Amino acid sequence: MTIKGKAYIAGVFEHPTRKADDKSLAQLHAESAQGALADAGLTRHDVDGYFCAGDAPGLGGLSMADYMGLKLRHIDTTETGGSSYVIHVGHAAEAIAAGKCDVALITLAGRPRAEGMATGTAPRNYGAAPDVAFEFPFGPTVVNQYAMAAMRHMHQYGTTGAQLAWIKVAASHHAQHNPHALLREVVTVDEVVGSPMISDPLHRLDCCVITDGGGSIIVVKPEIAKSLKRPRVKVLGAGEAVKHQMGGQVDLTYTGAVWSGPAAFAEAGVTPADIRYVSIYDSFTITVLITLEDLGFCPKGQGGKLVSDGNLISGTGKLPFNTDGGGLCNNHPANRGGLTKVVEAVRQLRGEAHPKVQVNNCSLALAHGTGGSLGTRHGSATLIMERE
Amino acid sequence: MAAQERKIPAPEANPETRPFWEAAAAGRLLIGKCKACGQPHYYPRAICPFCGGATEWVSASGRGAIYSYSVLRRVPAPYALAYVTLDEGVTMMTNIVDCDLDAIRIGQRVRVSFKPTEGGPPVPMFTPESS
Repeated sequence: MTIKGKAYIAGVFEHPTRKADDKSLAQLHAESAQGALADAGLTRHDVDGYFCAGDAPGLGGLSMADYMGLKLRHIDTTETGGSSYVIHVGHAAEAIAAGKCDVALITLAGRPRAEGMATGTAPRNYGAAPDVAFEFPFGPTVVNQYAMAAMRHMHQYGTTGAQLAWIKVAASHHAQHNPHALLREVVTVDEVVGSPMISDPLHRLDCCVITDGGGSIIVVKPEIAKSLKRPRVKVLGAGEAVKHQMGGQVDLTYTGAVWSGPAAFAEAGVTPADIRYVSIYDSFTITVLITLEDLGFCPKGQGGKLVSDGNLISGTGKLPFNTDGGGLCNNHPANRGGLTKVVEAVRQLRGEAHPKVQVNNCSLALAHGTGGSLGTRHGSATLIMERE
Repeated sequence: MAAQERKIPAPEANPETRPFWEAAAAGRLLIGKCKACGQPHYYPRAICPFCGGATEWVSASGRGAIYSYSVLRRVPAPYALAYVTLDEGVTMMTNIVDCDLDAIRIGQRVRVSFKPTEGGPPVPMFTPESS
């Protein structure tokens, strides 16, 4: 069975807040859900499937269904870190195709900024996870784990800090047009490589922002999509994968996108050359570079050339990416950037991105999420969508 | 830049991994090896991640080469997180210590050095072999 054409994205919402001192976590989830439902032209009474991940409070899906007053016949709380919500779209399409629900609601929210969380530089202890005793004492943080992937890529393929910097430069060119973006200032390659070193070889401007906020996506069956007034965005293909340390056969130069990408392209029946716009999870600049290689937009090791010289900037480059400014400049709600990747791809397909960054005739888009760590274990999710 | 002192959190042993930490306390590095397929693995576990077979503990030489590393600088005491590939063929997360953090390089030969933790068994870190 395939999900191709079996489901549509009918509503999306990105919460405008970037610092939510005055809101609770459940409230941010629910406000995001209301935004996406309003965008679709639906109400919470239409929702019969609910998807959320580890950022939801309490018992996750149970707590949020209770808070929002949802009556559900399908629930899925798949947790793969920041890639969860890209996977949720694929799972929602599967559930709809199987008749398990008609209107699927996906929510994300978090307030790491209001809580003063040391997101990137404090080791996280995952308690009883089998790896903890063999990793936590050594101080693995988000940033130094991704930095090890960057260091190895540089060693093996000659990738440079200036090439990585181009990814941030492109994101900043897009963010200047986004009134909600946390960082709207256009930056140069020199400014990126001249910013303080956080964890070799990643500078401060190689790192994404830390923001509060949330987002939501509504996935519906075709009959409902056709009854709504919004432009129709069809789900063409989805792929998911988990990559880890493989029993000690560690290779930091590729991600699970080498599996999730081909699966999504095969289901959609398209190739990377057909894609007009990409939303690529950009926790760090290196995340984008390795992911683009793994998805087949260039040969392995050539990502540095692919991203250089403004090639990712909408209007001038050949591969416009993250036109909202992405996690690097706009928003990284709950330290999880997968959902907002789908949101901007849908804006592009609808022709509702900011006019300065809207891709001409954007008929086919890809969104990719990476959750967890490139350095140890992560979930990868690729989603291909088409404007109908 | 010289390495500074960082407090090392104690690893928590469980019934599956206790022999590893007992050996660590005696200054020996153990890795897992499958009794069925013969493959070594790390981190160690009772069930082989390659074939599902039962595993045993084997001593490692404690020598290897740096696969990758990063010096985290935005903390009070900067330190080098690393992956070291042991001569036995498995790659393990660790720290590179007792050296100039700015002189660490991928491919550098290193040797195990157990370092004390906060109230737990020592953990295997690595230091560059003298050139």
